[in-house]
Amino acid sequence: MIYLYSFLFAGFVCLLGQIILDNTKLLPGHITSLFVVIGAALDIFSIYDFFVNTFGAGAVVCITSFGHLLIHGALAKATADGLLGLFTGMFSLTATGITATIIFAFIFTIIFKARD
Amino acid sequence: MVKNMNKQKYQKLTKKHSPKENKTKNMIISFVVGGLVGVLGQLLIDLYSNIDSVSHEEATSLMMVTLIFLSCLFTAIGFFDRWVEKAGAGLFVPISGFAHATTSSALEYKKEGLVMGIGSNIFKLSGSVILYGVISAYVFGIIRFIFFGG
Repeated sequence: MIYLYSFLFAGFVCLLGQIILDNTKLLPGHITSLFVVIGAALDIFSIYDFFVNTFGAGAVVCITSFGHLLIHGALAKATADGLLGLFTGMFSLTATGITATIIFAFIFTIIFKARD
Repeated sequence: MVKNMNKQKYQKLTKKHSPKENKTKNMIISFVVGGLVGVLGQLLIDLYSNIDSVSHEEATSLMMVTLIFLSCLFTAIGFFDRWVEKAGAGLFVPISGFAHATTSSALEYKKEGLVMGIGSNIFKLSGSVILYGVISAYVFGIIRFIFFGG
């Protein structure tokens, strides 16, 4: 059942992105940035937590979860250490994604040639 | 006045001759592809969770690393660009899009050198995601911290 939920949620978010892409002049960069902001905004009332618990990986793979993880890590630290935690904890949960992206992007860029 | 008329005429002409995109088809493709990425993520989480000593959170992190690894590899090999072109939002809204944008800008500027090429341009496309993610998380984080206490 979690697979169906994952499929529906991830599909729905991508569908929203495609509708914005086709009907406005926004580029993929605009849409992903917008979705990250939406993901962070949804976390004010813990809505995205509910999505992750209900829809499983479908909610985790979407770029909206990047904003969710940023604010989540920052707030977890802020609860423990006060407002300074917003700075120390900002990347605590997204470190996996950013580090993996930098490392693999660099390694494969060195190995492979650009196709034109 | 004449210039203005020409502009309008030109816009009409370009509208007439630009290829009509099949929006319904695009929507279905991006829904299915995006959904499949979600299912793949769930499959990987369940797969990694089955290994002893791997918690659910670690399995989620491993799933992210795997998806990013595959997207970076496929982008560098070359065929992921065509996939993203076809699937549209289905592939650039999931985390694969972030990895794809980073790798393709790194590849594009590789010829300009390690520092001025790859180093300065690797986040050319995906940097805005990090920038606005951090800014919005900071603002919303302060709001939530003040009103809900974290």
